[in-house]
Amino acid sequence: MKTMAFNEAIRTALHEEMQRDESVFVIGEDVATHGGPYKVTDGIAEAFPGRIFETPIAEAGIVGIGVGAAMAGMRPVVELMYLDFVTCAMDEVVNQAAKMRYMTGGQARVPMVIRLPCGIGRLLAAQHSQILESWFMHVPGLQVVVPSTPADAKGLFKTAVRSPDPVMFFEYKRIYTSKGEVPEGDYTIPIGQADVKREGEDATVVAIGPMVQKSLEAAVLLEDDGYDIEVVDPRSLSPLDVDTICESVRKTGRAIVCGEDSTFAGAASEIAAMIGENCFGDLKAPVRRIGSPHVPMPFSSELVKHVVPEKSHVIEAVNQSMAA
Amino acid sequence: MGVSVQIRGLKGSVSPLFTHLFSVQIFRDCSGNTHAEKTYSFIDLGTLTIWCHCLILQTPIPRVVGEIGRRIQTTGEKTYFRMTTNISKDLLMLMLERMWRIRHFELKLTEMYNAGEVGGVHLYIGQEAVAVGACAALKDSDYIAGNHRSHGHPIAKGANLKKAMAEIFGRIDGYCKGKGGSMHLADFSVGILGESGIVASSVPVATGAALASKLEGKDFVSAVFFGDGASNQGACHESMNLASVWDLPVLFICENNQYAVTTSYKDTVAVEHISDRAQAYNMPGILVDGQDAIAMYEATAQAVERARNGEGPTLIEALTYRFEDHSLGLEKIRKSEYREESEIDEWRLRDPLDLLTKSIVDSGTATPAECDAVSANAHAEVEEAAEFARNSPFPDESELYKDMFASDMPVV
Repeated sequence: MKTMAFNEAIRTALHEEMQRDESVFVIGEDVATHGGPYKVTDGIAEAFPGRIFETPIAEAGIVGIGVGAAMAGMRPVVELMYLDFVTCAMDEVVNQAAKMRYMTGGQARVPMVIRLPCGIGRLLAAQHSQILESWFMHVPGLQVVVPSTPADAKGLFKTAVRSPDPVMFFEYKRIYTSKGEVPEGDYTIPIGQADVKREGEDATVVAIGPMVQKSLEAAVLLEDDGYDIEVVDPRSLSPLDVDTICESVRKTGRAIVCGEDSTFAGAASEIAAMIGENCFGDLKAPVRRIGSPHVPMPFSSELVKHVVPEKSHVIEAVNQSMAA
Repeated sequence: MGVSVQIRGLKGSVSPLFTHLFSVQIFRDCSGNTHAEKTYSFIDLGTLTIWCHCLILQTPIPRVVGEIGRRIQTTGEKTYFRMTTNISKDLLMLMLERMWRIRHFELKLTEMYNAGEVGGVHLYIGQEAVAVGACAALKDSDYIAGNHRSHGHPIAKGANLKKAMAEIFGRIDGYCKGKGGSMHLADFSVGILGESGIVASSVPVATGAALASKLEGKDFVSAVFFGDGASNQGACHESMNLASVWDLPVLFICENNQYAVTTSYKDTVAVEHISDRAQAYNMPGILVDGQDAIAMYEATAQAVERARNGEGPTLIEALTYRFEDHSLGLEKIRKSEYREESEIDEWRLRDPLDLLTKSIVDSGTATPAECDAVSANAHAEVEEAAEFARNSPFPDESELYKDMFASDMPVV
């Protein structure tokens, strides 16, 4: 085990995978000299000359070239500087990467990772703070992966690079510098496997991305109220480990689903619906969702406080659930 | 009397020698350098329009890459030229065979559409020389990618007709097991990176394959076929810029069939020729007669050579014409509403199959009977393919969830 930051964990995984497999290469804006705005590709250019491509600002071209290179046998790691810029490459993601294998009856393969720095970081307002996980969950053929800890980031990233199919890899900017213990060496985590981050008996909190840490902190505080909270981290939203989530909810009888994305039509809503459908008879209280309101991310720090959910929201929701 | 002409940046002139014989001399480029000076003879020249041969690579300093050869056809006011060629009989006959396969394949589809056997499809009839001429210059190991008008490209690259027909029937024996259909008729076994229904989307995909070639140190090139409509899409421009910046071995082959569904490229393209755009990406832009399979072959062969030598991409504009409507099933968009019948008739006089056959016969490469036999064989193959498709089973419901991912994933 080694303590490292979230961005360092991804960088380590990328480094290891590039060392292991010559077909892995990096393509994106400002990825070489600058190491990307969040330093995930820092040092890659020196370690792997000729295998990192700094591009013009051309997201459709970048992702589309990634698709073509993947189809021709490579394993591109595509960095979009901010998730928001994926809107310029939606055709390449949704119509090409996701559908190519199916549309060709299994002839094509598109092993590529699209890295998506997302959510609130510094105050960057509406076009540099989105999450949009559910957009990609909605598209069959894509894997949607959302690590919450440095260890998960490393393990999931290595699996994503090795995956024979496209992976949308969500990296929440606000946890890039969060630190944690990371297993050294060839550590991989299967995509589609949720992780019970804390065991408990009274209520299940299904938490996505940074909400995992906030829920764990909330769970500690809720101990004082005598509540024993289980925290489940789906880790990948598509495929979704419905079994692990539902097993937990059947045990506790209560479910709170939380993410930082908009609650309305967001990932948490899909999970809540699945819980309702599969665990109705076991529920002692209505399933609750926590997320951001359905507004663009504002700039002002005072307004942002009303958008991004915090551990207080988790505590409040658990209390409501327990009181129901 | 001399008629001044401007040929892609080169100035030349046409001089009457006597009533029906003219000579063209290619003189100087914009910098005043002499590149070629030779007299060529033509007959029945009205207005001289030289746009049909792979004459000039449009580089910052225009240069002549070939010589004008014999006149191949005079139609109305236009006269078409091509440089002389030394293509083997085998290759010429292979080109003829593949063009006839495409033609008969689509005539059969039209027949079956009219009989209610298949749905609407985008026909390639009239454009066969583009894909066949280009693919003849490619190796099996080279990739192509195409678009919604997707039958011609794979057949030109050597795809199996039975599987192609079965795919259009939505049957399990189709290339894509009935999951792709007419717009995605892709046979990966002959080097195809898919045919995509989103206009211009294959352009970055082919560019990516070229990047893979460079990264892996291999010598394969990739070629992408896209239309005049696609040439206006952002992804197309992003790809050309990147391909040029990185000297990628990719051929951008614009099949300018002149209409994006019903909209003329003359109303949507800011330059006179789509190939002119190559200047902006610092790559050669070649305007080729897309009805002439041999001209397509030669232009592509040059571009392939550049690509394999690490000299980067080429934009080839194949000026061609879609003889039929945008797709079968769009009967309501009548031809007369967006193009004149006389225009269609004029282009039909330059049927790419007639032109290639004439070249083959005139040069003594093969007899008319040999050419007829090629057509007859292709027709028989298509009939066999149709029968095969009809008898192929539909995919089972269990196929629905297969091929989403490499391994079976839980489907919610």
